[in-house]
Amino acid sequence: MTALAQDAPAPGRAGSRKPAALAGFGELGKLAGRRDRVMLPAWIYLLTVAMVGTGYSFKTGYKTAASRAAVYATTAHDAALTALAGPIFGSSVGALTAWKYGGASAALAALMSIFIVTRHTRGDEEAGRLELVGSTTVGRHTALAVGLALAAAASCLLAVLIAAGLAVVGLPVTGSVAIGLAVASCGLVFAAVAGVTAQLAGSARGARGSAIGLLVTVYVLQSVAASAAGLHWLGWLSPVYWAEQVRAFAGDRWAVLALPLACTAVIAIVAPVLESRRDVGAGLVQPRPGPAAAGRTLRSPLALAWRLQHGSFIGWAVGTLLLGVAVGSVAKGIGSMLGSGKGIREAVTRLGGQAGLSDAYLAAIMSLVGLAAAGYAISAVLRLRSDEAAGRADPLLATAMGRIGWSASQLVVAAAGAAIVLAAAGLGAGISYGSQVGGIGVQLPRLLGAALAQLPAVLVLAGVAVLLVGMLPRICVGAAWAALAVVALLVLLGPTLRLAQWVQDISPFSHVPRLPGGTVSAAPLIWLSVIAVALAAAGLAGLRRRDIG
Amino acid sequence: MTEAIAVSGLRKSYGKTVALDGLDLGVAVGEVHGFLGPNGSGKTTTIRILLGLLRADGGAARLLGGDPWSEAAALHRRLAYVPGDVTLWPSLSGGEIIDLLGRLRGGIDAKRRASLLERFELDPTKKARAYSKGNRQKVALISALASDVELLLLDEPTAGLDPLMEARFRECVEEERHSGRTVLLSSHILSEVEALCDRVTIIRAGRAVESGTLTELRHLTRTSITAELAGQPAGLGQLPGVHDLDVQDRPGHGTSVRCEVDTDKLNEVLRQLTEAGVRSLVSQPPTLEELFLRHYAAGRPGEPARAADAAGAGDTAGVRS
Repeated sequence: MTALAQDAPAPGRAGSRKPAALAGFGELGKLAGRRDRVMLPAWIYLLTVAMVGTGYSFKTGYKTAASRAAVYATTAHDAALTALAGPIFGSSVGALTAWKYGGASAALAALMSIFIVTRHTRGDEEAGRLELVGSTTVGRHTALAVGLALAAAASCLLAVLIAAGLAVVGLPVTGSVAIGLAVASCGLVFAAVAGVTAQLAGSARGARGSAIGLLVTVYVLQSVAASAAGLHWLGWLSPVYWAEQVRAFAGDRWAVLALPLACTAVIAIVAPVLESRRDVGAGLVQPRPGPAAAGRTLRSPLALAWRLQHGSFIGWAVGTLLLGVAVGSVAKGIGSMLGSGKGIREAVTRLGGQAGLSDAYLAAIMSLVGLAAAGYAISAVLRLRSDEAAGRADPLLATAMGRIGWSASQLVVAAAGAAIVLAAAGLGAGISYGSQVGGIGVQLPRLLGAALAQLPAVLVLAGVAVLLVGMLPRICVGAAWAALAVVALLVLLGPTLRLAQWVQDISPFSHVPRLPGGTVSAAPLIWLSVIAVALAAAGLAGLRRRDIG
Repeated sequence: MTEAIAVSGLRKSYGKTVALDGLDLGVAVGEVHGFLGPNGSGKTTTIRILLGLLRADGGAARLLGGDPWSEAAALHRRLAYVPGDVTLWPSLSGGEIIDLLGRLRGGIDAKRRASLLERFELDPTKKARAYSKGNRQKVALISALASDVELLLLDEPTAGLDPLMEARFRECVEEERHSGRTVLLSSHILSEVEALCDRVTIIRAGRAVESGTLTELRHLTRTSITAELAGQPAGLGQLPGVHDLDVQDRPGHGTSVRCEVDTDKLNEVLRQLTEAGVRSLVSQPPTLEELFLRHYAAGRPGEPARAADAAGAGDTAGVRS
């Protein structure tokens, strides 16, 4: 039925003045803009602030040319640092900003594009919304065009704001424009890439996942090309590398921008061609069939929870493992790099570290890993609510599975998953840092312990999410993420803003010992664990008493 | 115990919205019971209370002799449920979900599972995200029918099935009846209810408005009469049980009469007609459809209580013209 609707233009469209394939662009575009009115400004705002903030901190933290030259000198020859942050092309404030944040910013702009395009194409298709809209006078390629246009508009706006922001901070205008365009160009390329993966993959999740996978691949290519001599040519395969090679504030090579623009144009032409060849709701790549019968073990709530969650948790664990490796590999150099940058040295110390800049750096990162693990744990807990709201819980609870069995088994997987996500970060950091400072045997248990020390605080946040699911199901999703956001702000800004200690103590992470390097005391960890268990128990009690649905 | 489901005076509100307003429902063991009512009348709420997913505000509900809220898990071993709108885990295959739900109920009959897969022509290797609405429905149906349970709670189970599959579903429910299982079937498809159900309960606005066998219910509805008479029917309008009377004099051709008659008052009306001299008579027996439409439409704001009669008249228009 959908195929027919796709192949033949509906009679109603024939008389339309616009090209039939794009009919309804204006209406659908307005709808899309309205639906993204919160998410899109938030993305653009955060990306702009991060870039402008980086520029500002380099401007105020490295006032003298000598201090900046020192950063340049240590970085240019440190393979690990270039791998993490990208190649460095100069010692001006602008060049340092572009080095520190240019590549990451380009990658984040790409991520934004992927989310926008997938959401308005396959995401809507999968939710069935596009079918309803598609039955009106909306063209075959309208949704794709709207997604691409919205992503392109977001990238362009980002370019303008970054350029304006950096110029306001006092950086050279041409360089500011160059880096704005460089970041936006990467966003454009990945808008087009997501437009193509949306045609290929079997589901919205698959479309988004394969585009993100490609982004990670080109980011790694960029890292390899930037840090390994003789492999620079590899970088030219990566749009992130192109953005860096614009060399904003260090020569402004405008011609390089032609690469991403040409690439975007080519890929963007492929997407509608592919779209004409597939059915609504299905990708060109046929989904692999699953097993005809359930495995022997899929017979308990716990087995189901594991089956449903293991994919996402393995993704998180691999992510934190890589983060650990990356962080561990630069931790040793952190002292020499920051030696002349007083502002950043203070900032890291203020982030909660103690003696020894490397340890302080690692301890600060462990707090961030703790926040990430809390994000994982909350999203795992909220699956209870999404299963309930989608009606998937009903058939389960209509079996002999009780509510507690259903919810507790998901919580067990969430808690164990959070522990493994943390351990992965500790493992990665321990091995890579240990191999640099000569003593994996010493550093591995030390950093593993530092990572796992975050677990009680992570579980407190997960417990808050359980309590919300049990007591306030209608608002639990927003409230749980808001709780994480508040804690994240306290962790990230509390020490810098010198907030009163009792305010900072609202965050469970404030009670976790600073590790590595700090002193361990068991009491707060035990207290946090007790609170987490009490919150979860109260949440489960609420879930048992209330209506499902 | 002869009642599989015994509900009396059941109440449930969501905030200010009253979903159930003193509902009574009785389903005997071994019967197939039709559960009918317009959208939003409280059918799904009733079933979800029986499943212990919702807690009733008042009234009493017994399911298989137990309390649906406090003994939920134990009772659920003895029943299977098919929701009206089946949502499944997109990453699991249909076969996995059938097995999982069956096992969680306490076991699944492998032979029966295989034969049902064949009868419903379902490919169990597809991932749930690739299934259409009808195929998702089949997954839930097969899992329920292949489980060894006493009671089936089916909430509009054929919505989304094609006519062939609907016929297969009817065969399956017939088999369930023969093997002595109890079925509560919520449905809008009247032919399905007529073919399968021993008794029906019609609910509207959270209350049961009719309950009984279909034969009993037929007596409650009206027969439509169209007659050509030689003379004037005297006093037809004054008879109790005559509705929508329309008398037209056609000079030289006698009188044509149309009316709706309560079925239990039919005898008196016919006597009046024959007295006036019947030239032709068309009597349209009450259809179930008419019965349901009358109950569905009655009392809706902006709609007269007899709106259903107009719909019924549409059915017989061909006869009258």
